[in-house]
Amino acid sequence: MPGLDLVLYEEEFKQVDAELQKLHFQANSKVVFLVDKNGQLIASAGETQGIDTTSLASLTAGNIAATGGMAKLIGEKEFSILFHEGEKDNIHISVIGQRVILVVIFDQRSSLGLIRLRVKKASEILGRIFEDIVSKAEREREEGKVPESPFAEISDEDIDNLFK
Amino acid sequence: MSFINYSSREINCKIVYYGPGLGGKTTNLQYIYKKTNPEHKGKLISLATETERTLFFDFLPLALGDIRGFKVRFHLYTVPGQVFYDASRKLILKGVDGIVFVADSQIERMEANIESVENLRVNLQEQGYDLDKIPYSMQYNKRDLPNIAPLDEINKVLNPRNVTWFEAVAPEGTGVFDTLKSVAKQALFELKKKY
Repeated sequence: MPGLDLVLYEEEFKQVDAELQKLHFQANSKVVFLVDKNGQLIASAGETQGIDTTSLASLTAGNIAATGGMAKLIGEKEFSILFHEGEKDNIHISVIGQRVILVVIFDQRSSLGLIRLRVKKASEILGRIFEDIVSKAEREREEGKVPESPFAEISDEDIDNLFK
Repeated sequence: MSFINYSSREINCKIVYYGPGLGGKTTNLQYIYKKTNPEHKGKLISLATETERTLFFDFLPLALGDIRGFKVRFHLYTVPGQVFYDASRKLILKGVDGIVFVADSQIERMEANIESVENLRVNLQEQGYDLDKIPYSMQYNKRDLPNIAPLDEINKVLNPRNVTWFEAVAPEGTGVFDTLKSVAKQALFELKKKY
Protein backbone atom coordinates (compact mmCIF):
# COMPACT_ATOMS: atom_id res chain seq x y z
CA MET A 1 0.00 0.00 0.00
CA PRO A 2 1.32 3.44 -0.81
CA GLY A 3 2.06 5.84 2.02
CA LEU A 4 0.94 5.53 5.57
CA ASP A 5 -2.53 5.90 6.97
CA LEU A 6 -3.01 9.10 8.88
CA VAL A 7 -3.34 8.34 12.56
CA LEU A 8 -3.98 11.24 14.89
CA TYR A 9 -3.69 10.91 18.67
CA GLU A 10 -5.17 13.17 21.32
CA GLU A 11 -1.97 15.14 21.88
CA GLU A 12 -1.37 15.89 18.21
CA PHE A 13 -5.02 16.65 17.62
CA LYS A 14 -4.85 19.26 20.38
CA GLN A 15 -1.83 20.92 18.74
CA VAL A 16 -3.60 21.03 15.37
CA ASP A 17 -6.81 22.28 16.94
CA ALA A 18 -5.02 25.04 18.86
CA GLU A 19 -3.29 26.23 15.70
CA LEU A 20 -6.58 26.34 13.80
CA GLN A 21 -8.26 28.29 16.62
CA LYS A 22 -5.38 30.77 16.57
CA LEU A 23 -5.58 31.19 12.80
CA HIS A 24 -9.35 31.61 12.94
CA PHE A 25 -8.96 34.38 15.52
CA GLN A 26 -5.98 36.18 14.02
CA ALA A 27 -7.26 36.08 10.44
CA ASN A 28 -10.71 37.28 11.47
CA SER A 29 -12.19 34.46 9.43
CA LYS A 30 -15.58 32.76 9.60
CA VAL A 31 -14.42 29.17 9.42
CA VAL A 32 -11.09 27.41 9.22
CA PHE A 33 -10.72 23.72 8.54
CA LEU A 34 -8.14 21.16 7.71
CA VAL A 35 -8.70 18.31 5.28
CA ASP A 36 -6.73 15.23 4.37
CA LYS A 37 -5.83 15.15 0.66
CA ASN A 38 -8.21 12.21 0.35
CA GLY A 39 -11.13 14.40 1.41
CA GLN A 40 -11.48 13.51 5.05
CA LEU A 41 -12.05 16.30 7.52
CA ILE A 42 -9.32 16.44 10.18
CA ALA A 43 -10.30 19.43 12.32
CA SER A 44 -12.19 22.70 12.15
CA ALA A 45 -12.58 26.01 13.99
CA GLY A 46 -15.10 28.84 13.88
CA GLU A 47 -18.72 29.10 12.84
CA THR A 48 -19.14 25.58 11.51
CA GLN A 49 -22.83 25.32 12.47
CA GLY A 50 -24.97 25.26 9.36
CA ILE A 51 -22.05 24.31 7.15
CA ASP A 52 -21.85 20.79 5.77
CA THR A 53 -18.15 20.37 6.53
CA THR A 54 -18.04 16.73 5.41
CA SER A 55 -19.22 17.59 1.89
CA LEU A 56 -17.07 20.70 1.81
CA ALA A 57 -14.03 18.61 2.77
CA SER A 58 -14.66 16.11 0.00
CA LEU A 59 -15.21 18.80 -2.63
CA THR A 60 -12.12 20.71 -1.50
CA ALA A 61 -10.00 17.61 -1.95
CA GLY A 62 -11.60 17.03 -5.36
CA ASN A 63 -10.84 20.62 -6.25
CA ILE A 64 -7.19 20.33 -5.20
CA ALA A 65 -6.87 17.01 -7.00
CA ALA A 66 -8.34 18.47 -10.20
CA THR A 67 -6.15 21.57 -10.18
CA GLY A 68 -3.17 19.33 -9.29
CA GLY A 69 -3.94 17.31 -12.41
CA MET A 70 -4.06 20.52 -14.44
CA ALA A 71 -0.73 21.63 -12.96
CA LYS A 72 0.97 18.42 -14.04
CA LEU A 73 -0.35 18.83 -17.58
CA ILE A 74 1.43 22.16 -17.91
CA GLY A 75 4.57 21.01 -16.14
CA GLU A 76 3.93 22.48 -12.68
CA LYS A 77 4.28 20.40 -9.52
CA GLU A 78 1.02 21.67 -8.07
CA PHE A 79 -0.97 24.86 -7.55
CA SER A 80 -0.50 25.28 -3.85
CA ILE A 81 -2.99 28.11 -3.37
CA LEU A 82 -6.54 28.46 -4.69
CA PHE A 83 -8.84 31.38 -4.07
CA HIS A 84 -12.56 31.53 -4.79
CA GLU A 85 -14.28 34.88 -4.57
CA GLY A 86 -18.01 35.06 -3.90
CA GLU A 87 -20.45 37.92 -3.40
CA LYS A 88 -20.25 37.71 0.37
CA ASP A 89 -18.01 34.84 1.32
CA ASN A 90 -14.66 33.83 -0.09
CA ILE A 91 -12.66 30.63 0.21
CA HIS A 92 -8.88 30.46 0.46
CA ILE A 93 -7.43 26.97 -0.02
CA SER A 94 -3.79 26.02 0.43
CA VAL A 95 -1.83 22.79 0.43
CA ILE A 96 0.48 22.12 3.38
CA GLY A 97 3.42 19.77 3.07
CA GLN A 98 1.80 17.95 0.11
CA ARG A 99 -0.36 16.09 2.58
CA VAL A 100 -3.12 18.25 4.08
CA ILE A 101 -5.29 21.08 2.84
CA LEU A 102 -6.04 24.22 4.83
CA VAL A 103 -9.33 25.95 4.03
CA VAL A 104 -10.27 29.41 5.27
CA ILE A 105 -13.70 30.92 4.67
CA PHE A 106 -13.95 34.65 5.23
CA ASP A 107 -16.14 37.68 4.47
CA GLN A 108 -15.73 41.46 4.47
CA ARG A 109 -14.61 41.41 8.11
CA SER A 110 -11.23 40.23 6.82
CA SER A 111 -9.20 40.67 3.65
CA LEU A 112 -7.29 38.49 1.23
CA GLY A 113 -4.01 40.11 2.28
CA LEU A 114 -4.55 39.34 5.95
CA ILE A 115 -5.67 35.80 5.18
CA ARG A 116 -2.59 35.14 3.04
CA LEU A 117 -0.28 36.46 5.73
CA ARG A 118 -1.84 34.46 8.55
CA VAL A 119 -2.20 31.31 6.46
CA LYS A 120 1.47 31.45 5.59
CA LYS A 121 2.47 31.60 9.23
CA ALA A 122 0.02 28.90 10.32
CA SER A 123 1.10 26.67 7.42
CA GLU A 124 4.67 26.60 8.65
CA ILE A 125 3.60 25.47 12.10
CA LEU A 126 1.00 22.97 10.85
CA GLY A 127 3.52 21.64 8.35
CA ARG A 128 5.94 20.90 11.18
CA ILE A 129 3.23 19.22 13.27
CA PHE A 130 2.33 16.90 10.40
CA GLU A 131 5.97 16.18 9.63
CA ASP A 132 6.34 15.08 13.24
CA ILE A 133 3.23 12.92 13.01
CA VAL A 134 4.52 11.15 9.92
CA SER A 135 8.07 10.69 11.19
CA LYS A 136 6.75 9.39 14.50
CA ALA A 137 4.55 6.85 12.68
CA GLU A 138 7.50 5.76 10.53
CA ARG A 139 9.78 5.47 13.56
CA GLU A 140 7.25 3.38 15.45
CA ARG A 141 6.75 1.15 12.47
CA GLU A 142 10.49 0.58 12.10
CA GLU A 143 10.81 -0.22 15.78
CA GLY A 144 7.92 -2.63 15.39
CA LYS A 145 5.97 -0.65 17.94
CA VAL A 146 2.32 -0.83 16.98
CA PRO A 147 -0.14 1.38 18.82
CA GLU A 148 -2.81 -0.41 20.78
CA SER A 149 -5.48 -1.01 18.22
CA PRO A 150 -9.21 -0.77 18.61
CA PHE A 151 -9.49 -3.08 15.62
CA ALA A 152 -7.41 -6.03 16.76
CA GLU A 153 -10.50 -7.71 18.17
CA ILE A 154 -12.87 -6.72 15.40
CA SER A 155 -15.24 -9.51 14.39
CA ASP A 156 -17.68 -10.35 11.60
CA GLU A 157 -20.45 -9.71 14.08
CA ASP A 158 -19.26 -6.13 14.77
CA ILE A 159 -19.46 -5.35 11.08
CA ASP A 160 -22.80 -7.11 10.62
CA ASN A 161 -24.18 -4.91 13.40
CA LEU A 162 -23.31 -1.77 11.43
CA PHE A 163 -25.60 -2.89 8.62
CA LYS A 164 -28.63 -3.90 10.70
CA MET B 1 -5.71 5.32 3.02
CA SER B 2 -7.87 5.42 6.08
CA PHE B 3 -7.80 8.17 8.63
CA ILE B 4 -7.93 7.22 12.29
CA ASN B 5 -8.60 9.97 14.80
CA TYR B 6 -8.01 8.80 18.35
CA SER B 7 -9.08 12.15 19.72
CA SER B 8 -12.61 12.12 18.35
CA ARG B 9 -12.56 8.30 18.20
CA GLU B 10 -13.39 8.11 14.54
CA ILE B 11 -12.24 6.05 11.63
CA ASN B 12 -12.83 6.98 7.99
CA CYS B 13 -12.70 4.59 5.05
CA LYS B 14 -12.90 5.52 1.39
CA ILE B 15 -14.82 3.15 -0.89
CA VAL B 16 -14.83 3.76 -4.64
CA TYR B 17 -17.44 2.42 -7.09
CA TYR B 18 -15.77 1.75 -10.43
CA GLY B 19 -17.07 0.41 -13.74
CA PRO B 20 -18.10 1.28 -17.30
CA GLY B 21 -20.39 4.19 -18.16
CA LEU B 22 -24.12 3.74 -17.50
CA GLY B 23 -23.44 0.60 -15.46
CA GLY B 24 -25.28 1.77 -12.34
CA LYS B 25 -22.60 3.17 -10.00
CA THR B 26 -24.54 6.34 -9.26
CA THR B 27 -27.74 4.30 -8.93
CA ASN B 28 -26.06 2.22 -6.21
CA LEU B 29 -25.28 5.37 -4.23
CA GLN B 30 -28.74 6.78 -4.81
CA TYR B 31 -30.34 3.60 -3.46
CA ILE B 32 -28.05 3.55 -0.40
CA TYR B 33 -28.89 7.21 0.20
CA LYS B 34 -32.63 6.54 -0.11
CA LYS B 35 -32.60 3.62 2.30
CA THR B 36 -30.30 4.99 5.01
CA ASN B 37 -31.70 6.73 8.08
CA PRO B 38 -31.14 10.48 8.00
CA GLU B 39 -29.02 10.40 11.17
CA HIS B 40 -26.60 7.99 9.51
CA LYS B 41 -26.00 9.81 6.25
CA GLY B 42 -24.77 13.11 4.90
CA LYS B 43 -25.73 14.79 1.65
CA LEU B 44 -25.41 12.89 -1.62
CA ILE B 45 -23.32 15.12 -3.83
CA SER B 46 -23.34 14.51 -7.57
CA LEU B 47 -21.04 16.42 -9.87
CA ALA B 48 -22.87 15.55 -13.05
CA THR B 49 -23.59 16.98 -16.48
CA GLU B 50 -26.98 18.38 -17.44
CA THR B 51 -27.91 14.95 -18.77
CA GLU B 52 -27.07 13.40 -15.40
CA ARG B 53 -23.90 11.70 -16.52
CA THR B 54 -21.25 11.73 -13.80
CA LEU B 55 -18.72 14.42 -14.62
CA PHE B 56 -16.30 14.17 -11.72
CA PHE B 57 -17.72 12.07 -8.88
CA ASP B 58 -20.65 11.33 -6.62
CA PHE B 59 -20.01 11.43 -2.90
CA LEU B 60 -22.01 9.98 -0.03
CA PRO B 61 -20.76 10.00 3.56
CA LEU B 62 -22.20 7.28 5.82
CA ALA B 63 -21.78 6.93 9.58
CA LEU B 64 -23.43 3.62 10.27
CA GLY B 65 -22.44 3.11 13.88
CA ASP B 66 -19.67 2.26 16.30
CA ILE B 67 -17.19 -0.55 16.53
CA ARG B 68 -15.38 -0.90 19.85
CA GLY B 69 -16.15 2.70 20.75
CA PHE B 70 -14.96 4.07 17.41
CA LYS B 71 -17.38 5.79 15.09
CA VAL B 72 -17.00 4.15 11.68
CA ARG B 73 -17.51 6.42 8.69
CA PHE B 74 -17.56 5.31 5.10
CA HIS B 75 -17.04 7.80 2.32
CA LEU B 76 -18.54 6.37 -0.85
CA TYR B 77 -17.38 7.75 -4.19
CA THR B 78 -18.24 6.87 -7.77
CA VAL B 79 -15.98 7.57 -10.72
CA PRO B 80 -17.20 8.87 -14.08
CA GLY B 81 -17.49 5.73 -16.21
CA GLN B 82 -17.10 7.26 -19.65
CA VAL B 83 -13.76 6.41 -21.21
CA PHE B 84 -12.62 9.99 -21.85
CA TYR B 85 -12.82 10.97 -18.17
CA ASP B 86 -9.78 8.88 -17.28
CA ALA B 87 -7.85 11.76 -15.71
CA SER B 88 -10.69 12.27 -13.20
CA ARG B 89 -10.92 8.55 -12.42
CA LYS B 90 -7.25 8.49 -11.46
CA LEU B 91 -7.73 11.33 -9.00
CA ILE B 92 -10.66 9.68 -7.25
CA LEU B 93 -8.71 6.48 -6.66
CA LYS B 94 -6.21 8.36 -4.46
CA GLY B 95 -6.28 7.02 -0.93
CA VAL B 96 -8.88 4.34 -1.67
CA ASP B 97 -9.52 1.63 0.96
CA GLY B 98 -11.86 -0.61 -1.01
CA ILE B 99 -13.33 -0.96 -4.49
CA VAL B 100 -16.68 -2.10 -5.82
CA PHE B 101 -16.69 -2.91 -9.51
CA VAL B 102 -20.17 -2.43 -10.95
CA ALA B 103 -20.39 -4.45 -14.16
CA ASP B 104 -23.18 -4.11 -16.69
CA SER B 105 -24.52 -7.64 -17.29
CA GLN B 106 -25.79 -6.97 -20.81
CA ILE B 107 -23.94 -8.99 -23.45
CA GLU B 108 -23.25 -5.91 -25.58
CA ARG B 109 -21.49 -4.25 -22.62
CA MET B 110 -19.01 -7.05 -21.94
CA GLU B 111 -16.25 -5.37 -23.85
CA ALA B 112 -16.81 -2.14 -21.96
CA ASN B 113 -16.64 -4.11 -18.69
CA ILE B 114 -13.36 -5.75 -19.66
CA GLU B 115 -11.87 -2.44 -20.73
CA SER B 116 -12.93 -0.85 -17.44
CA VAL B 117 -11.40 -3.61 -15.27
CA GLU B 118 -8.16 -3.22 -17.20
CA ASN B 119 -8.34 0.52 -16.75
CA LEU B 120 -8.90 0.04 -13.02
CA ARG B 121 -5.83 -2.18 -12.76
CA VAL B 122 -3.62 0.34 -14.59
CA ASN B 123 -4.91 3.34 -12.66
CA LEU B 124 -4.46 1.57 -9.33
CA GLN B 125 -0.92 0.63 -10.28
CA GLU B 126 -0.14 4.28 -10.96
CA GLN B 127 -1.13 5.03 -7.37
CA GLY B 128 0.93 2.12 -6.07
CA TYR B 129 -1.97 -0.28 -5.40
CA ASP B 130 -2.39 -3.82 -6.64
CA LEU B 131 -5.85 -4.90 -7.81
CA ASP B 132 -5.00 -8.43 -6.70
CA LYS B 133 -4.52 -7.34 -3.10
CA ILE B 134 -6.85 -4.44 -2.41
CA PRO B 135 -10.28 -4.99 -0.74
CA TYR B 136 -12.48 -5.60 -3.76
CA SER B 137 -16.02 -6.81 -4.50
CA MET B 138 -17.80 -7.37 -7.80
CA GLN B 139 -21.38 -6.53 -8.60
CA TYR B 140 -23.09 -7.88 -11.72
CA ASN B 141 -25.80 -5.31 -12.22
CA LYS B 142 -28.90 -5.15 -14.42
CA ARG B 143 -29.79 -8.83 -13.88
CA ASP B 144 -33.43 -7.99 -14.67
CA LEU B 145 -32.71 -7.15 -18.31
CA PRO B 146 -33.39 -9.71 -21.07
CA ASN B 147 -30.11 -9.70 -22.94
CA ILE B 148 -27.66 -10.61 -20.18
CA ALA B 149 -24.58 -12.79 -20.13
CA PRO B 150 -24.62 -15.96 -17.96
CA LEU B 151 -23.04 -15.46 -14.52
CA ASP B 152 -20.31 -18.07 -14.89
CA GLU B 153 -19.22 -16.46 -18.12
CA ILE B 154 -19.08 -12.93 -16.69
CA ASN B 155 -17.28 -14.21 -13.65
CA LYS B 156 -14.70 -16.04 -15.73
CA VAL B 157 -13.93 -12.96 -17.80
CA LEU B 158 -14.12 -10.18 -15.21
CA ASN B 159 -13.22 -11.88 -11.97
CA PRO B 160 -10.08 -14.03 -12.32
CA ARG B 161 -9.19 -13.24 -8.69
CA ASN B 162 -12.56 -14.74 -7.76
CA VAL B 163 -13.49 -12.10 -5.22
CA THR B 164 -16.95 -12.09 -3.67
CA TRP B 165 -19.55 -11.14 -6.26
CA PHE B 166 -23.22 -10.25 -6.18
CA GLU B 167 -26.07 -10.15 -8.63
CA ALA B 168 -27.83 -6.82 -8.57
CA VAL B 169 -30.73 -4.78 -9.82
CA ALA B 170 -29.57 -1.44 -8.45
CA PRO B 171 -32.75 0.68 -8.91
CA GLU B 172 -34.68 -1.88 -6.82
CA GLY B 173 -31.83 -2.32 -4.39
CA THR B 174 -31.21 -6.00 -5.06
CA GLY B 175 -27.61 -6.75 -4.09
CA VAL B 176 -26.76 -3.13 -3.31
CA PHE B 177 -26.26 -3.36 0.45
CA ASP B 178 -24.77 -6.87 0.20
CA THR B 179 -22.05 -5.50 -2.06
CA LEU B 180 -21.34 -2.53 0.20
CA LYS B 181 -21.21 -4.71 3.28
CA SER B 182 -18.82 -7.11 1.61
CA VAL B 183 -16.31 -4.42 0.65
CA ALA B 184 -16.71 -2.61 4.00
CA LYS B 185 -15.91 -5.83 5.80
CA GLN B 186 -12.76 -6.37 3.76
CA ALA B 187 -11.63 -2.77 4.28
CA LEU B 188 -12.08 -2.98 8.05
CA PHE B 189 -10.32 -6.35 8.23
CA GLU B 190 -7.45 -4.78 6.32
CA LEU B 191 -7.15 -2.26 9.17
CA LYS B 192 -7.16 -5.09 11.64
CA LYS B 193 -4.20 -6.58 9.81
CA LYS B 194 -2.32 -3.30 9.85
CA TYR B 195 -3.08 -2.02 13.35
